[in-house]
Amino acid sequence: MGELRYRVVVGLEIHVQLCTKSKMFCGCALSFGEEANSRVCPVCLGMPGVLPVMNEQALEYAVLVALALDCKIAEFTKWDRKSYYYPDLPKNYQISQYDLPLGSGGFIEIPLEAGRTKRIGIIRAHLEEDAGKNLHTAGNFSQVDLNRAGTPLLEIVTEPDMSSAAEVRTLAVELQRMVRYLGVSEADMQKGHMRFEPNINLIITKDGVEYKTPIVEVKNLNSFRVLERSVDVEEQRQLDEFLETGEVMGMGNKTTRGWDDINQVTVLQREKEEAPDYRYFPDPDLVPVEFKCEWLEDIRSRLCELPIKRQIRFVDEYKLSDYDAGVLTAERSTAEFFERVVAAGGKPKRVCNLLTQVGLKLANEKGCSVAELDITPKDFAQVSNDVDGGILSASGANKAIELKAQDPDKPFSVIYEENNLIQKSDVGELEQIVEQVIVDNPKAVEDVTSGGKKSKKAQSFLLGQVMQKTKGQANPKVVSEILDRKLG
Amino acid sequence: MAAKIDQTQVKKVAKLSRLDLTETEAAEFTGQLSAILEYMEKMNELDTTNVQPLAHCLPISNVFREDAVKESLGTEKTLANAPQRDGEFFKVPKILDEI
Amino acid sequence: MQSELLNMSCKELRDGIAAGRIKSAAATEAVFGAIEKYEPVIGAYISTFEGRALAKANEVDAKIAAGEPVGELAGVPVAVKDVMCTTFGVTTCASRILENFHSPYNATVVEKLLAADAVIVGKTNMDEFAMGSSTENSGLKETVNPWDTTRVPGGSSGGSAAAVAGRMCFAALGSDTGGSIRQPASFCGVVGLKPTYGRVSRFGLVAYGSSLDQIGPVTRSVADCALMMNVIAGRDPADSTSVDEKNAPVCDYLEKLDEPVDKLKVAIVPQFSAGADEPVQKALTCALDVYKKLGAEIIEVDMPHLDYAIAAYYIVATAEASSNLARYDGVHYGHRTENAGDYVEVYSKSRAEGFGKEVKRRIMLGTYALSSGYYDAYYLKALKVRNLIRGDFAGAFEKCDCVMMPVSPTTAFKIGEKIDDPLTMYLSDIYTISANLAGVPAISIPCGFDDSELPIGLQILAPAFAEDRLLRIARMFESNTDWHRKKPTIVE
Ligand SMILES: [Zn+2]
Repeated sequence: MGELRYRVVVGLEIHVQLCTKSKMFCGCALSFGEEANSRVCPVCLGMPGVLPVMNEQALEYAVLVALALDCKIAEFTKWDRKSYYYPDLPKNYQISQYDLPLGSGGFIEIPLEAGRTKRIGIIRAHLEEDAGKNLHTAGNFSQVDLNRAGTPLLEIVTEPDMSSAAEVRTLAVELQRMVRYLGVSEADMQKGHMRFEPNINLIITKDGVEYKTPIVEVKNLNSFRVLERSVDVEEQRQLDEFLETGEVMGMGNKTTRGWDDINQVTVLQREKEEAPDYRYFPDPDLVPVEFKCEWLEDIRSRLCELPIKRQIRFVDEYKLSDYDAGVLTAERSTAEFFERVVAAGGKPKRVCNLLTQVGLKLANEKGCSVAELDITPKDFAQVSNDVDGGILSASGANKAIELKAQDPDKPFSVIYEENNLIQKSDVGELEQIVEQVIVDNPKAVEDVTSGGKKSKKAQSFLLGQVMQKTKGQANPKVVSEILDRKLG
Repeated sequence: MAAKIDQTQVKKVAKLSRLDLTETEAAEFTGQLSAILEYMEKMNELDTTNVQPLAHCLPISNVFREDAVKESLGTEKTLANAPQRDGEFFKVPKILDEI
Repeated sequence: MQSELLNMSCKELRDGIAAGRIKSAAATEAVFGAIEKYEPVIGAYISTFEGRALAKANEVDAKIAAGEPVGELAGVPVAVKDVMCTTFGVTTCASRILENFHSPYNATVVEKLLAADAVIVGKTNMDEFAMGSSTENSGLKETVNPWDTTRVPGGSSGGSAAAVAGRMCFAALGSDTGGSIRQPASFCGVVGLKPTYGRVSRFGLVAYGSSLDQIGPVTRSVADCALMMNVIAGRDPADSTSVDEKNAPVCDYLEKLDEPVDKLKVAIVPQFSAGADEPVQKALTCALDVYKKLGAEIIEVDMPHLDYAIAAYYIVATAEASSNLARYDGVHYGHRTENAGDYVEVYSKSRAEGFGKEVKRRIMLGTYALSSGYYDAYYLKALKVRNLIRGDFAGAFEKCDCVMMPVSPTTAFKIGEKIDDPLTMYLSDIYTISANLAGVPAISIPCGFDDSELPIGLQILAPAFAEDRLLRIARMFESNTDWHRKKPTIVE
C-alpha cells in the first residue's frame, strides 16, 4: 500500500432559536417545557383560514446576527413555503426563505491557540419557523406536541472551512457567545436552542491521487462535546469506509446519520435517495420585506463589540492573559462589568482576579450575572485598590466581597473591621512579633543566616509563624522587609 | 401529440400530494390533467422574457406585528378536533423515519 | 305581509328595525319560514342556526326598545358561505374532510357581522373548498338554481346566491377566487361584488388560492352591497395582505351611492366579449345602451392578454391550493382514515377519503406545477402572464372609469352538464378570472334574461380600491332598470 494522507472538511448547518416573547407568526408565548400543546393557537396549529403575521422583533434579531456575521443584508427579501409532510409540521409546509435569504456572504472569526484567529465563511443566514416535536413512545404510536411550532429559527450555513473537530467546537462556542452577546438567543444546546448539524467528508490523497469521500450530515448532537466527538468519529468511519469500498462523493450520495450517544457512533438515518422535492414558492399570505437604509442603520446601532474582538482588546489594552480575557468576555455582562470596575479606578489585573476568583463564583451560586450581585463597580474598585494599597490581603479581599454580597448595605469599613480583614502594617507592632518569632525559632534563624539551600524555605517558615501569631492579619510584605532587615 | 403527462407521472404527483389513487382514478386523472396541461401550453404563445413574475398584486411590503404575547388556546381546545389523542398529545401511528 | 317582509332590502329592513316599526324577530322568523318552505328544494344551506338567530334577533329588538345603540346591520338576517370560520356550528367548506370541524375562532368578517348586530341564520353550500363553478362539487349536498331547479346555481358561492335569490336571507357573504361570487350572482339574478384584493380581511376565510381569494357580498341590490361593504371592509392586523387606511381609505359606500358618475367612460373589449352566447352578448349591448342614455361614453380597449387568464389562473390558484390544502391530513383535525397502516397512510388515505375529485385534481395540478423540473414552465410562467394581465388593466384604466363585459359566457347550465369535463368547466370562468389575477374589484348585477327566463349578469370592473365608484356606476344602471326586482317563480 502506498502513501496515504487525508484531511477532514466540515461545514455546519446551524439553527438558532431566537428569544422573542412571542412566536414568529402568532402571539403564542415561546415554550419552556410547559404542558404539551398548551402554547398553541389556531395560527401555529395551522387551522383552516388562519394567516401568519410577521413578528418584527424576530426579523430584527435575525438581521442583528447577520450583521454580526458580516453578512450582506438583502435589500429585498420574501417568505417562501417549503413543503413536506411530517406530523410535527401542522401546515405541512414550513415558512422559510429560499432564494433570497436575509443575509449572505459573511464570516465568523474563531479563536485558535496563542491568540490566533481563523475566518470561517458564512454562506447564508435566513429566518424560518421551527416545527413542533414528535415524541416516540414505547408503544406502536408517536405523540405530537406543537408548543415549539412557530418558534423563530435562524438558520446559518457556513462554508466547509473547518478542518478539525476542535475547530468545529470552537466555532460552536464562539457562535453561542456571539448570539448571547447580542441578546437574541439563550443558545442552550441541551434545550435545543442551538442545533448544529455538521456536514463532514474527507479529502484523501492516496498514491498521489486526491479522493473526496461522500458528504455525511450528522444530526441529534445536543452538546459541544458530542458535536466535537461526532466529527472525530465520522473522520475515522469515513476513512475506514473509503479503504474498504473506495466510494467517493457523487451526485445524490450524501447521507444523513444520527448520533448514538450510548455507543458513541453515528448511525445511518436516511439512505441515499433522490433529493426531496420541497416545491418552494413565495408565500402569498406574507408580503415581502424591504430593508430601507434607516432601518438597517437602526439595527446596526444595536450591534455591540463582538466577544472575539473584545477578548483581543482586553489582552492588548489591559495586559491580561488570553485565558483571563477569555473568561471575562465569555458573557457580555461580565465583560461590561469588568470595564465599569476599571473605569471606577480598579487596576485591571487585580479587578480581573477579583471577578474571576470570587465575583463569578458568587454569581454562579446565585444564578445571576456579576452585575446583578448588588455590588457596585465602585465597591469592586475600592476592594481592588485596598489590596493594592496593602490594606487587604488577596484572600481578605475575596472574603470582603463575599460578605458584601450577603449584606450589600453594610459599608466596607464595617465589614473590614468586624471581620478583622485589615492587614497589620504597623512596623513597630510587627517588629515586636518578629523578634519574638526569632527568639522562638533559633534553628530556622540559623538556616536563614547561613544562607544556602535551606535559607529560602526557613524564611518562609518564619513569615508563616508571624502570620499565624497575627491570625493572618499581618501584611506579608512588611513582615518580609522586617525579617530581611533583622536577619540580612 | 404525445400526452402531457403519463400515468407514472400522475402517480408520482399523487404520492407527492399524499393522495392514494385507485387505478381507475389514476387513469381518469391522467387524461384530464393531460388535456388541462395541453391547454396551458397556450401561455407559451406569449414572450415573457422581460416580464417580472407577479406573486402579489398588492404593492405593499413590511407588514409586521409587535412582539407581544397573546393568549393561546390551551391544551384542551388545541386537541378538541384531534382525530386521536394520547393525553395532552396528538396521537399518530409510530413515526419510523427521521426528517 | 310575510313575503313583503322577505322582499325588503337590507337597508329598508334595518331602518325599519332601528325605528321600531319591524321586529328583527319577525324578520328572522319569516326567513326561517322561507327556509322551511324552499330549502328542501333549493338546498342552499349546509347548516342553519334557528335558535341562535332568534336569540340574537330578540337581543337586538331589546336593545332598540331600550334605546341602546345598535350596529349597522342591526337585526338583519344574513348568511355566510361555509368557507368562513365560525365558533358556532361546523365549518366544513362542503368537504367530508372537515365535516365535523369546529373552529375555535371566528373569521374577522364574521366578527364584523356580529359586531354590526347582524343575525347569522346559517352557512351556505359551495363547491368543496371553493373549487368549482356550479356548486356540484360540494361533498355534502346539492344546491339548485331557484330560477330553474334543474340547473346549477353557479359556484362556488352557489349556496349564498341561491339563498339570497330564494329569500332565505337578506344578504350573504361569498368568496371569490376566480368568479365564485360574481358567476353565481349572475346565474341567480342577484348582485355580487368581489372587492379589491386586500380590501376585506381574509383571516378566517379557508384558503383556496391565497393571492386571489377575496370575501364579498351577495345581495339583492347595489345599495345592500354597499351596506355590507361598510360592515366588512377595512384593514385587519391579522391579515398581512389587507390594506391600511393610509394607502386606501375605506369610505362610507352608501353615502354618495345615488350620485351618478359624471362624464362616465366605459371601456369594452369587443373581441373578448364576443365569445359569450348570443343572449349574453345581447344583454351586454342593451346594458351599454342604458349607460349611453345616461350620458356615458363607450370606448373600445385592447386587453390582449385576457385570453391567457384561464391558463395562468388555473396554475396560480392550484399551486397555492396544493400547499393550502396540505394541512388536511388527518393528524391534528378533520377526517382520519380508519385504514392506516402507518403514519404516511394517515395522510394519503385520509386525504383520498376526505377530498372530492375536483379538489384532488386541483391539488395534483398545483403540485405538478410547483414540482422540480416544471416550476419554471408552469408556475413561474403563469406569474409572468399574470403581470401582463395586470398591465392590461392598468393600461385600460388610464383611458376609462370601468370596463364592462359578461360575467359568464352562458346562463345557468344544467346540473351534470359539465361535471365530467373539468377543462370545459374551467373555460366557463373566462370573464371572471382576470379580476382576481389583477386584484381589481368587479361586480355582477342583473341585466336581463335569456329565452329560458334565466338571469344574465353584467360585469363591471374598476381600478383597485375604487369600490365606491364601482358601486355608483352599478347603481346608475340599477336605478334605471328593473332586472333586479324580478323574483324566481319558486318564491312567488
Ligand atoms: Zn400560536
